[in-house]
Amino acid sequence: MSDRDRLGLQVDRIRCDGAGLCAELLPELISLDDWGYPILAPDAVPGHLRPLARQAVDACPVLALRLVPRPAPVEAS
Amino acid sequence: MSDQLLWFATRGAGIVSLLMFTAVVVLGVLNVSRWQAPSWPRFLTAGFHRNLSLLALVFLGLHIVTAVVDPFTALGPAAALIPFASSYRPLWVGLGVIAVDLIVALVVTSLIRARLGQRAWRAIHWLAYAAWPLAIVHGIGSGSDNLAPWMLALDVLCAALVGVAVMWRLMTVRSGSPEVLQQVVAEVARPARGRTVR
Amino acid sequence: MSGSAPLARLLAGPPLAAGAESFTAHQARLGPLPAIDGAVLISVLESSGLTGRGGAGFPVGRKWRTVAHAAGDWPVVLVNGAEGEPLSAKDRALMVTRPHLVLDGALLAAEAVGAGQIVLYVGEAHAAARAAIGRAVLERGPRVSRRVRLVAAPDRYVAGEESAAVHFIDTGDARPTAVPPRPFERGIGGRPTLVQNVESLAHVALIARYGDGWYRGAGSSGAPGTALVSTSGRDGRTTVHEIEFGETIGSVAGRLGTMADGIQAVLVGGYFGGWIDGRSAGSMPLEPAGLRQAGASFGCGVLSFLGREACGVQAAAQVMAYMAAESAAQCGPCVFGLRAVADATARLAAGVAQADDLAHLERWTGQIRGRGACRHPDGAVNHLASAMRVFGDEFARHQARRGCTADGREVRAS
Repeated sequence: MSDRDRLGLQVDRIRCDGAGLCAELLPELISLDDWGYPILAPDAVPGHLRPLARQAVDACPVLALRLVPRPAPVEAS
Repeated sequence: MSDQLLWFATRGAGIVSLLMFTAVVVLGVLNVSRWQAPSWPRFLTAGFHRNLSLLALVFLGLHIVTAVVDPFTALGPAAALIPFASSYRPLWVGLGVIAVDLIVALVVTSLIRARLGQRAWRAIHWLAYAAWPLAIVHGIGSGSDNLAPWMLALDVLCAALVGVAVMWRLMTVRSGSPEVLQQVVAEVARPARGRTVR
Repeated sequence: MSGSAPLARLLAGPPLAAGAESFTAHQARLGPLPAIDGAVLISVLESSGLTGRGGAGFPVGRKWRTVAHAAGDWPVVLVNGAEGEPLSAKDRALMVTRPHLVLDGALLAAEAVGAGQIVLYVGEAHAAARAAIGRAVLERGPRVSRRVRLVAAPDRYVAGEESAAVHFIDTGDARPTAVPPRPFERGIGGRPTLVQNVESLAHVALIARYGDGWYRGAGSSGAPGTALVSTSGRDGRTTVHEIEFGETIGSVAGRLGTMADGIQAVLVGGYFGGWIDGRSAGSMPLEPAGLRQAGASFGCGVLSFLGREACGVQAAAQVMAYMAAESAAQCGPCVFGLRAVADATARLAAGVAQADDLAHLERWTGQIRGRGACRHPDGAVNHLASAMRVFGDEFARHQARRGCTADGREVRAS
């Protein structure tokens, strides 16, 4: 996956009100904390999970979840 | 004979779409109440609500088209688009036309929700509570077997399902739901407001 | 460095008790505002190593360069004197006694980034500071005063956060907003906004006159310059001192007459900072990198001393209750999480801990961190994590309901 294609999950923390549909649809990358709010995996979404990730973004009732460009972390030399 | 067929199709499709839209409203209430069960995750409710509404739209389309082309009703396309323009029971049919307009608005805005924005979408979605009763009333007033016992029973069933769902929603406060959050906000946090001074 | 009289730079000049230094006295002591080219000043600030004094410690020169080059309409300079941190008094002390240092810095900033307007954002509870800096603006005459706007910041902890400040000035609502975009890209009225703490600007006023070499002449090589700290202890009074970076906590304690071995622990950096136990505090140098490694942070320069007779769990519980109440309540992990943390620490402090309270606290510090729109929940759980480390024995004692140091009912057991 080239740097330009890498996408990661991001949530608008203020809009999010803990509906939790994202975690149901994408449990591989999203889990819920003790109060029902999402904990997102920080890395880029693997290719085979992209369609599910887009479904999760569509399913959010308040449009808080987003797929955003996520360049690879720069390794410290 | 074919006239009868069209008339059956109109009434049949109308009744099916009404039942489906009733289910859609109930699923919508369950969705916003964040209801779930161990074997029924919330995305199923959300998914069914969406997909069933699209399927109901197909039956609604069938109901309208068969009614318009039916030579017996002499409705013409104008009556399907303009409320109260039909010559056959104009009031009742007209209410149905309004219901369709509202439903089209609901579906279109939902399909473009990401582009429309959350606030506008939500404001328009409240119209669902106007569209559904109009559909029920339209059915009661304009069907030829509208007063048949079985049809009335169906109407009562649909009204009861939606009625119970709405009552349940109003009476249940679920932990983590927006109502609870508002309560917590009122207790715990004072909004940080102030005034500019020169 | 140690043993000699403390170096005074920001606090040099007439005695602080005399109140605000007037414009004439300021000019007589330091000369006029330097007519230095904006780009040159930015380079000087970058090589001076001056870091922001609002708590984040971001390099000042780099921030100015970013705003100066930001696309968009004329930038705005926001002078942040909100000082919502309860244990900090340095910003208002500076505004009350040396307002013209702050104004010099603000005017230099406006010149360097090309800003037409300066907003002074001062806490509504700090009436003396607002009055002093307001008077200082008027002393400068109409050419300055018509570019300056004085705004009273609401008395809330988060009101000093940079996006909250911008949000308040735009809408009257001092709650942080989701970033990006950060204020330096899109701030007040959508324009690039330089948000800078009052102390940072005071340092700029001196660096512009004496240069980066002069600034680096104090402090240590890793952390050059001086800083203001607010100290507090048993007696509840807060005093403001100027230190050189690298001075040890023990040395500062000595200035206060507080013996280092009479201290149980020190809170460094404010509610947003962290605890350091008394034994290591004595020789701990006050500089950002070293403090971070010790699990604390320099933050806004707060040093709060906890005596041996006090209970660390109770202190932590008080801070957690405050932080929970000061949440802007916009994000679930913050409003629910901090509330849960505050409830659990309150139970621990009161001696009525539930079986899993301590375990929950450890779990929640990991869960809550980084999951709010602003850094408020991070500050709270980092504080808690450092408290649980430094007062580990006391927390265990309270979890087991075996009494409390402060009550004198300490159980002498293994």
